[in-house]
Amino acid sequence: MSDEFKIGGKVLQSRLFVGSGKYSNNRLIPEIIKSSKSEVITVALRRVDFMDEKENMLNFIPKECVLMPNTSGARNAEEAVRIARLARETGCGNWVKIEVISDNKYLMPDNMETIKATEILAKEGFFVFPYMNPDLMDAKRLRDAGACAVMPLGAPIGTNKGLKTKELVKILIDEISLPIIVDAGIGKPSEAAEAMELGAAAVLVNTAIASAENPILMAEAFGLAVKAGRKAFLAGTGAIKEFAEASSPLTGFLN
Amino acid sequence: MTFYDEYEKYIGLNLEEFFKEVRDEDVLRVLSKENLTRTDYLTLLSEKAEKYLEIMAQKSRDITTRHFGRVIFLYTPLYLSNYCENQCAYCSFSTINRMPRKKLALEEVEAEAEMISQTGLKHILILTGESRYHTSIEYIKKCVGVLKKYFTSISIEIYALDENEYLELINAGVDGLTIYQEVYNKQIYDEVHITGPKKDYKYRLEASERACRMGIRSLGIGSLLGLDDWRSEGFALGLHADYLQNTYPEVELSVSLPRIRPHVGSYSPKYDISDKNLVQMMLAIRLFLPRVGITISTRESSSFRDNLIGLGVTKMSGGSTTEVGGHSSSEHGEGQFDISDKRSVSEMAEMIYKKGYQPVFKDWWLD
Repeated sequence: MSDEFKIGGKVLQSRLFVGSGKYSNNRLIPEIIKSSKSEVITVALRRVDFMDEKENMLNFIPKECVLMPNTSGARNAEEAVRIARLARETGCGNWVKIEVISDNKYLMPDNMETIKATEILAKEGFFVFPYMNPDLMDAKRLRDAGACAVMPLGAPIGTNKGLKTKELVKILIDEISLPIIVDAGIGKPSEAAEAMELGAAAVLVNTAIASAENPILMAEAFGLAVKAGRKAFLAGTGAIKEFAEASSPLTGFLN
Repeated sequence: MTFYDEYEKYIGLNLEEFFKEVRDEDVLRVLSKENLTRTDYLTLLSEKAEKYLEIMAQKSRDITTRHFGRVIFLYTPLYLSNYCENQCAYCSFSTINRMPRKKLALEEVEAEAEMISQTGLKHILILTGESRYHTSIEYIKKCVGVLKKYFTSISIEIYALDENEYLELINAGVDGLTIYQEVYNKQIYDEVHITGPKKDYKYRLEASERACRMGIRSLGIGSLLGLDDWRSEGFALGLHADYLQNTYPEVELSVSLPRIRPHVGSYSPKYDISDKNLVQMMLAIRLFLPRVGITISTRESSSFRDNLIGLGVTKMSGGSTTEVGGHSSSEHGEGQFDISDKRSVSEMAEMIYKKGYQPVFKDWWLD
């Protein structure tokens, strides 16, 4: 059956988004894309060196891949907006992942500034993907501000701790009509599958792939896990039962 | 309140007594924790903890890989001037050292910038001796104006400034500040800073906070190792970093672990710090402050620096010279101190790749 993911003016087959910033070599990027079958890659504009012919990260990204520049390093809405505009001016397309972090200790996203930046950039015609702390009210505000998806964190970025915010993400999935893309914290393919089973529209994974001993193989594992999780969601998982149901000793007389 | 007041609380603490009491199980308990307290950090600086260096290294590598990735950020220093009003016992630029003094003209700054930018680096650290007369804020602003054409990130390592001066430089395009306390021990600080404006311990210590309040993006602090016992200096540096991280979480913080190098003058380090000690200090910092950057400069030998990659270091300099005009001029004079690792930026990059890491030439860009 067809299960295309239509988002930001694109039609995607894969629901795994990958990162680009933590690899030992930029030459791993095309390999990661290939083995994971991912079609979206996020790139920190702060790291892109357009002048460097040899190591410009963008040169390693296959043409058919959708580029999602991010505003890593922005400490407030104003900086995020400036970085996003810079990304568009330099030909990085009109997708942007808003990342506003004013806390370098835990690298937690600043929802308030993120909402402000989303509002400005959505009006300017960007497809805005805000990275956020999974708060329902803020997710609604992001939706109203014109975001095209909401990207709640699964756990603090770079921790590989898994889907620690599960209950909160579930609420976003139930209550927000936009695609929910779980970003940050996912450490293992099984956790990515879990997010997809819950009904997440996609998952973004960077650290778990980049910090694996074999990033290419791990990327493939994530690709498969996301696919499995998605299929499970579409199939509709059966209800979990606390007790076996051999007979009904208490209510049998009613039949 | 500033770190000055915070640090006062620790001054009477008998570290030797504490270290004596540390048992193996204390170290192991700390190593099994995820979030370390200041006391846990001190435990890792103990002699007892030296036994557990390999475990600390593995933990440190894991944390560093997750938070920073398999990358090393590269930068290079550019000395604008060596005029100085201070007499510091450990530094060549000291007023009592008879050495040729020089300050780059703007055309010379441009020549240096051109040379450096050919290496591909996008981050520059500009340095001066401590002379408001020869290297005024106005002069530094003009230099920043020149450098902005070549670099996307400009850091300064100059004399301590007032708040409004930091703001002026930030508005001119400076995004990073490096300022070492040199030594946290107040008495030793007073002894080695013989005369000059740097003698004011408190003004120096609070400089980083003035810059943070004015909105500096990144900040590097450090202690010049060898002026005092490394364990107590390491503890003070960790406290300072912890305080800054908690008070100014929006600032990207890094710590530097420079060991005293030979220089013009007669000072020799009073305290030894072995390679093993330096590694222990670096690992303890990483475990205590998982997201703080760690810088190892070219004061260290190339083989030692190579071995530190993967242990917790995140930032390194390359193609370094501590001479004014040293990047573009063929005449060689006296630098601030001797460089041990003399490799060029491309040689550094090659080594980093060989180690399975990616050298990063650019990590900030706003305009």
